Amino acid sequence: MLPGMTNHSTQQGTPEIKFGFAEMFKGGVIMDVVTPEHARIAEAAGATAVMALERVPADIRKDGGVARMSDPSMIKEIIAAVTIPVMAKVRIGHFVEAQILQALGVDFIDESEVLTPADESYHIEKSKFNVPFVCGAKNLGEALRRVGEGASMIRTKGEAGTGNVVEAVRHARTILGEMRSIQARPAEELMSVARDLGAPYHLVQYVHAHGTLPVVNFAAGGVATPADAALMMQLGLDGVFVGSGIFKSGGGDLSQIEKRARAIVKAVTHFNNPDILAEVSENLGLPMTGINIDSLIPEERLASRGW
Amino acid sequence: MTPSPSPPTIGVLALQGAFREHKRLLQTLGAQVSEVRLPQQLEGLSGLILPGGESTTIGNLMVEYGLIQAIRDFHASGGAIFGTCAGMILLARTIHGTPPQFGVQPCLDLMDITVQRNAFGRQVDSFRTSLDVSGFETPFPAVFIRAPIIEAVLPGIEVLAEHQGQIVLARSGNLLAGSFHPELTGDARIHELFLSMSRRPEQAH
Repeated sequence: MLPGMTNHSTQQGTPEIKFGFAEMFKGGVIMDVVTPEHARIAEAAGATAVMALERVPADIRKDGGVARMSDPSMIKEIIAAVTIPVMAKVRIGHFVEAQILQALGVDFIDESEVLTPADESYHIEKSKFNVPFVCGAKNLGEALRRVGEGASMIRTKGEAGTGNVVEAVRHARTILGEMRSIQARPAEELMSVARDLGAPYHLVQYVHAHGTLPVVNFAAGGVATPADAALMMQLGLDGVFVGSGIFKSGGGDLSQIEKRARAIVKAVTHFNNPDILAEVSENLGLPMTGINIDSLIPEERLASRGW
Repeated sequence: MTPSPSPPTIGVLALQGAFREHKRLLQTLGAQVSEVRLPQQLEGLSGLILPGGESTTIGNLMVEYGLIQAIRDFHASGGAIFGTCAGMILLARTIHGTPPQFGVQPCLDLMDITVQRNAFGRQVDSFRTSLDVSGFETPFPAVFIRAPIIEAVLPGIEVLAEHQGQIVLARSGNLLAGSFHPELTGDARIHELFLSMSRRPEQAH
C-alpha cells in the first residue's frame, strides 16, 4: 500500500446499506406479480420492484389452505425476467424460508401476514441476514418491534386481497398519529410510552426526536386505484405496494392492466397534483371487485396475524 | 472585501427515489432547494440533481412529462447536473444491462460515458467502502447499492474516483456522475463540489 493510503475495507449487509436500499424505493410502486410476463409488464409500467409470488392475496383468500413461500424455480424465472429488484414473501417466523430466499439472490424479503404464519409467538431475527426485510404493521408498537428485530422497511398491513383501502388508511393514521403524540410527550414519559407500546425504548426516543420511523414506511393492503395510491401518499407515507389491485383488474385484459399500473405509478409521483390525478384516473376499465371489510369474519382478517 | 455570492438554487428531480436526502444535505450547505416533477419547475435553477432510485421508473416518467428535452435544454443553457446511481445511468450516452424487452432505455444522452447497470450484482452484494477522490484530502465514505459503474469514457471526461479499477465518479464540464450515494453517508464534500460547479460565471465573483 502506498504511504498516505487508508485501508479500504468493504462491508456488506450493514443497517446503513439495507436502510439505504429501502430509501431508493420511495415515491414508487412495488407490484405483486405471479409470472415472468406480469413482471415484465410491471417493469415496463414503471414499478420500482416486483413482489414474486404464486398467488396474489385475492386468490390466497379464495383458495384457502396453507399459503407458503413460492417455488424457487418460479422466483428464479422472475429474477431472470427483469432488471428491477425482486422481492418475495416468507411466512411469519419461518427463518428457513428466509435463508432460502437469500440464497436465491432475492433483493428484499417480506415477512408477510398474507402467508400462513409458521410461528405464533415470534418473528424472524432479521438483523443477522444480509438481505433486507419489510414487515407489516397496524400500529406503532408493532412497527417498532419489527424495526427492533431488524426490519429495514415498514408497510401498513391494510387488508390484503380486498381491494378496499379502508384498513390501510386506518393503519397509516394510527401509526402517524401515534408518532405525532410521542413527539408532544416530555422526555421523562418515554420509558412508560415504550412499556405501553411494547416497543424498544431507543426507537421510541428516535420517534420522539424525529417524528418519523427510522426506516421508510409504505402503504399496502387494499390499494386499487390511482386515487387510493395518492391518498396514502398525501397521508404521509413514502410509497405504495399494490398486490391484487393491478393484476386482478380489467377483467384480466393485459392492456387494461398495464394502463392501470402506469396510472398508479404516475399517481404516486404526482400525488399532490389533482389535475394529473384526474387525467390518469380516466378510462381504466374495471377495478378489482373488492370485499367489504365488515363482511370478513375475524378469522379471515390477515391483519390480525403478527405479534 | 467582496460579499460572498448568494447560494445557487438547486433542483432535485423528484419523480421517484431518494430525492429527500439530497434536498436535506443541500439545505445544510445553505443552498435553496426545490423539487422538480414537471418541466416548468426547472426555471431559475442553476443546478439539478438526478437522484438514486429505479432508472427505468424515472426514465419512463421523464418521457411521459416532457422532461428529457427540458433537461437537455436546461443543460444547453448552462445548468449543471449531478447524477447519482440511477441518475448517473440517466446522464449516460450508452447504457448496458437494460432488459431486452425495453429496447432502448430512456435517458438524457448528455455525458460521454458508457454505464453498466447492476455492475456489482444483486442487493446482497451491495457494500460500503472508502474511496480516494481526486482533490479530497481524506477518503470519502461511499455506499454502493445495486450500483452501476462507468465502463468507458470518451476523451474530455475527468475520472475522479475508482473502485477496484472501475470508474465510479467522473466529471465533464458542469456534469458530474457517481455510482454511489453521497446523500446517505453525511459527508457533504461531493455536494459542495457540485454547488461550486453550479455557480454561473456571473455569480462567481
